[in-house]
Amino acid sequence: MSDEVREIIIIGSGPAGYTAAIYAARAELKPLVFEGSITAGGALMNTTEVENFPGFSKGIMGPELMEQMRAQAERFGAELIADDAIELRLEGPIKTVVDSEGTEHRAKAVILAMGSAYKRLGLPDEDRLSGRGVSWCATCDGFFFKGKPIVVAGGGDSAVEEATFLSRFGSSVTIVHRRDELRASKIMRARAEADPKIDFAWNSQIVAINGDSKVESVTLKDTVTGELRTIPAEGVFVAIGHEPRSELVRDQVELDPAGYVKVADRSTRTNLSGVFACGDLVDHTYRQAVTAAGSGCAAALDAERFLLELADSEVLATAAS
Amino acid sequence: MSHATDVTDADFAATVLASPRPVVVDFWADWCAPCKQLSPILDELAGTYDGKIDFVKLDTNANTSVPARYGVLRLPTVLVFSGGEVVKQFMGAVPKLQLRKALDEVA
Repeated sequence: MSDEVREIIIIGSGPAGYTAAIYAARAELKPLVFEGSITAGGALMNTTEVENFPGFSKGIMGPELMEQMRAQAERFGAELIADDAIELRLEGPIKTVVDSEGTEHRAKAVILAMGSAYKRLGLPDEDRLSGRGVSWCATCDGFFFKGKPIVVAGGGDSAVEEATFLSRFGSSVTIVHRRDELRASKIMRARAEADPKIDFAWNSQIVAINGDSKVESVTLKDTVTGELRTIPAEGVFVAIGHEPRSELVRDQVELDPAGYVKVADRSTRTNLSGVFACGDLVDHTYRQAVTAAGSGCAAALDAERFLLELADSEVLATAAS
Repeated sequence: MSHATDVTDADFAATVLASPRPVVVDFWADWCAPCKQLSPILDELAGTYDGKIDFVKLDTNANTSVPARYGVLRLPTVLVFSGGEVVKQFMGAVPKLQLRKALDEVA
């Protein structure tokens, strides 16, 4: 265990975590940031071009944007650790974070910014065929499906982005969506509709992924008529959204029924004193890089105010004794 | 060997299959962001298991026959070979602790 009690520890390194780190570091709180051993940089590490982050008029690649945020946090003195927090003890005035080596780190305030993870389809063969054609990362695995039929599950921006990216590899790309129109933004929708290789299976849900040693086809169920049909697919890319990565704090911090960390209105305060939460971990409404960054900033400011009040109350207590 | 060295289609059999020690093979490509997160972890583990387990990496862009033979369709994929056979496999980036637990069983 390290004897030092820090001012602040930040768990997570997406736009929320790094922005919190930039603000906390500039406030000279010397934040320690757990970036995650394999999740450093967060969800944007798996995207291609980010076209809607203000300040980058020509767009910027997701990983490049995250590298810039990381460098900015480091420049102001944030201490970054590419390791996972595997246990948190958040109650009481001193919070403890245990890393994967078993080392304990302590702080007066903690900012939770663990983000979200890909949602799974929840099908029995999804795990068995994961890495055998089922994938959650088009940029990683699209290459393996050159000239092969590909299916993308989902109807939001990320599904459409994946489909558009995959159309350069696949013989065909079919977007399977439960409803009869995409949820994706207009510009993304127009792009997919204009792509000759992309077609749509509307009102459809994947109910089975078929194949012995690798994916060969998927079975779709019509959400209106209930009719089943099977279409050939060697790649199945799942982009049906995200769920908050709140399992680490489930028993300590108040969550909503969907698992998002609850924060007090217009703040980042959780139900525990000195514990703040931001980014996709709390947000099921906007879920944008820029809103995550904004809430990371708010969390750092909330934590800074908390630490100032804590210092003031300690001074008063000393004066009174 | 204190960090993962490169292996190719051509020397895979000699380096991996014929190795007297277990070998961890990291299948990667330069467009794969999670591969870049995983590779320093494997380099670190190569130091931890120095002399017990060998660590190699295979660029799936330059080498396609070994990935095809083992049905690699997701990056990163990590296969652990012992006596020429796959004894452990990880698909997608997995946390360090999970890798260490599995490697402790093999070492």
